[in-house]
Amino acid sequence: MFYREAGQFKDSYESDQAIFPVAQDRWFVFGVVIAAFALVPFFIGDYWTNAVLLPLLAYSLAALGLNILTGYCGQVSLGTGGFLAVGAYTTFKLVTAFPELNFILVVLFSGATTAAVGVVFGLPSLRIKGFYLAVATLAAQFFLVWMFNKVEWFFNYSPTGQITMPPVELFGVLITGPRAPSAAKYLFCLGVVAVAAYAAKNIVRSRIGRAWMAIRDMDIAAELIGIRPLMTKLSAFAVSSFYIGMAGSLYFGVWLGSAEPIEAFGIEQSFLVLFMIIVGGLGSILGSFLGAAFMVLLPIVLKNFMVDGLSMAVVTAKHVEIMSLGMLIVFFLIVEPHGLARLWQIAKEKLRLWPFPH
Amino acid sequence: MSGEALFFLEVVISGLMAGVMYALVALGFVLIFKASGVLNFAQGVLALFAALALYDFIAPGGWVDDLFGFTFPIWAGIILTVGVMIIVAWLIERLVLQHLVQQEPIILFMSTIGLAYILEGVGDMLFGSDVKPLDIGIPQGASDWLLDNYGLYVEKLEVFAALTAAILVIVLAVFFQKTRIGRALRAVADDHQAALSVGVSLRTIWVIVWSVAGMVALVAGIMWGSKSGIQFSLSLIALKALPVLILGGFTSVPGAIIGGLIIGVGEKVAEVYLGPYVGGAIENWFAYVLALVFLFFRPQGLFGERIIERV
Amino acid sequence: MSERRNGEVLLSVDKISLAFGGVRALEGVSFDVLEGEIRAIIGPNGAGKSSMLNVINGFYHPQEGSITFKGKTRKQMRPHFVASSGVARTFQNIALFKGMSTLDNIMTGRNTKMKRGILWQALHYGPARNEEIENRGHVEKVIDFLEIQSIRKTPVGRLPYGMQKRVELGRALAAEPELLLLDEPMAGMNVEEKEDMCRFVLDVNEEFGTTIALIEHDMGVVMDISDRVVVLDYGKKIADGTPDEVRANQDVVDAYLGVAHD
Repeated sequence: MFYREAGQFKDSYESDQAIFPVAQDRWFVFGVVIAAFALVPFFIGDYWTNAVLLPLLAYSLAALGLNILTGYCGQVSLGTGGFLAVGAYTTFKLVTAFPELNFILVVLFSGATTAAVGVVFGLPSLRIKGFYLAVATLAAQFFLVWMFNKVEWFFNYSPTGQITMPPVELFGVLITGPRAPSAAKYLFCLGVVAVAAYAAKNIVRSRIGRAWMAIRDMDIAAELIGIRPLMTKLSAFAVSSFYIGMAGSLYFGVWLGSAEPIEAFGIEQSFLVLFMIIVGGLGSILGSFLGAAFMVLLPIVLKNFMVDGLSMAVVTAKHVEIMSLGMLIVFFLIVEPHGLARLWQIAKEKLRLWPFPH
Repeated sequence: MSGEALFFLEVVISGLMAGVMYALVALGFVLIFKASGVLNFAQGVLALFAALALYDFIAPGGWVDDLFGFTFPIWAGIILTVGVMIIVAWLIERLVLQHLVQQEPIILFMSTIGLAYILEGVGDMLFGSDVKPLDIGIPQGASDWLLDNYGLYVEKLEVFAALTAAILVIVLAVFFQKTRIGRALRAVADDHQAALSVGVSLRTIWVIVWSVAGMVALVAGIMWGSKSGIQFSLSLIALKALPVLILGGFTSVPGAIIGGLIIGVGEKVAEVYLGPYVGGAIENWFAYVLALVFLFFRPQGLFGERIIERV
Repeated sequence: MSERRNGEVLLSVDKISLAFGGVRALEGVSFDVLEGEIRAIIGPNGAGKSSMLNVINGFYHPQEGSITFKGKTRKQMRPHFVASSGVARTFQNIALFKGMSTLDNIMTGRNTKMKRGILWQALHYGPARNEEIENRGHVEKVIDFLEIQSIRKTPVGRLPYGMQKRVELGRALAAEPELLLLDEPMAGMNVEEKEDMCRFVLDVNEEFGTTIALIEHDMGVVMDISDRVVVLDYGKKIADGTPDEVRANQDVVDAYLGVAHD
């Protein structure tokens, strides 16, 4: 009833290939974006920004990146934490060496550096597949984190080994550091993420995106119809790492403000982002956001429920959280391998028919 | 022997012993992979879980002690733990694998990551997350005989672990070659469809193979727990077993052993002789990078079969 | 049925030998394909037919022999290079991209024709969008030709077998190939589906002038639609000629009826 495509005729390939061919989708996304930019900033406080919105945006971007590699191109990576670190340390080195550099450029540079690193670790993907590649990406994870931990140049020889983000202004407004207003941090991250998501959506629905999916679905057939496996996989590694690098920049620069490599970029982060795309939906842009939201909100909800509601000990609550996380992953893989995004789609199909079931 | 050569020998031996531990975990991986094509990420957590369960059966201050005021003797504790591992295997088949039979390997792989989290959460909840010393009477300390006669420092525990691993491999080999169940397992590994059509029940096989893997995990857990206490880091050796598998090939038992030893020795030697120049702690990544380099030259592993791709 | 064509030699295969480990799949096979003809490769199971296509395709690298396509001789080549020089194919077991719609599957066939870089694609504006729309036009022609308009947006995994085969043909056609390799296009089809497929193959040949090399088991179909037939058995060529010549060949009859080999 509410979601009805009937009567929306396309009379050119151009309109059929529009980003959201169905009018309702178009208005919905438009509405969400407008609300996110124009309404949310007026209502948020520091707690919401730091506990929910900033991690949500940073993780969405990382999930978007991993989804490009794993969900669209079919290459499993457990190196997300390491790539986040590359983005974060590039940002740190750039803002400490060139304080005047525009922060948008810093974020882009961080993405580019990470893309280069990602391509290097993606090289084995030509010869190895599946689990083998997953192990190869573990090499990236452990090596990169070790490097940022040991090579003092990366953390400017600080005695604690931590990196701390100096305050940075963009167009005269402070956007990093503890004194930056929440709304400014939020809007900056939102802007980056919105542009990145738009670009990702465009890429996955054009030639390169189709090549990625072809490699994912049947790599040999793809090769025989003229898709170059190495170039395609490396492009996925590059784009994916670019996104994760930018995410690392926001994650450290805007959200955390300071970071210590093993804790902030450890293997747990790799799993976390992987879980986001499983829960949200492999091969779905929307799914990356849904998954990130789910994974950011779940611990908060669980903690409120168990610690404050049931007055459980914090340690026990942590264990229950780990267990629930595992159960959710298994549950989603069994029940809906395409994740929340697929559930959303089913809901839309139901809406189209509502209130008549057939 | 000169001091330097002696030192080198000690490094190699300690590497070999660490390698035995990796091999034990890798063995569990290989068993499950051969029989079901699942790369079981939860193998390391399984070892942790087994060690925790054993601890609670036998140790003063464990669960059984707390609840009933007595502890089981070690042999009974081990038998009970084996029982627990069989139940865990059955539950895993029942609740997870059964529903994922038709899925792609990579989905199954990710589901075992989920399993690892569940087991870790449950283990911590039931048994607590503090480090527990496990003592089941394995001789500790340095071997006096070697120290007196050759000036070589070798832990008795490590020799014991190596011997246990060797015995375990022999037992497994006999099990696979001589018993009916073992032959059925190999049949399933070769060809699922064919095995099904001659009346081998895949589900039973999966439960059995996960149980066997659980027992291998128990052995690994005992050794590791006796050496450095039962703690979460135990489950991280599961990750170290992955490069071992790449070296040895995912389907080869001898490969798992030799791969384990190579990785163990390789990372110890690298840490001792290379580590100081680059800031140390390269043990964290050496195994993975070694595996990565190896992949370039022999993607199928040392003992894996060459894959011919078809269309 | 159609008269012998006298086109130039488009593809010639010269003394190809291929072995996997110790197993010899092809031994000194030579034949040629003329421009505009329908050339069938037949033979019993395991005769090396699919291996032959894979060699032409650049997927298998033969130990001996060479291939000349459009006057260029080569020993080895990368599959994507073969594809972009004008060879497209379908597969014995359907090799569609399961997670994608019919339209997207066929669009992948245009991959080699599209050149715009990733930045343009990210913007989906200007040259990239024009390119996309232009290629969509080609794909729509293929969709019309194969009469699959109604399943344009359906994920291919949900399509029945015969339709999947048709989509796969569409993907190959979208590349506008000069040489089309069909690996058992009619395997597993019922009579109606076979008739449809025969019609498409003949139409492709006639309307677009595409040269076709096909492997097929259905002798009736092969004898009906092909201009010339090459027969393989145990990796060797045992006959080559028009359908009538091949039918009359004693070696072919023996191979199919299973006379003992010496």
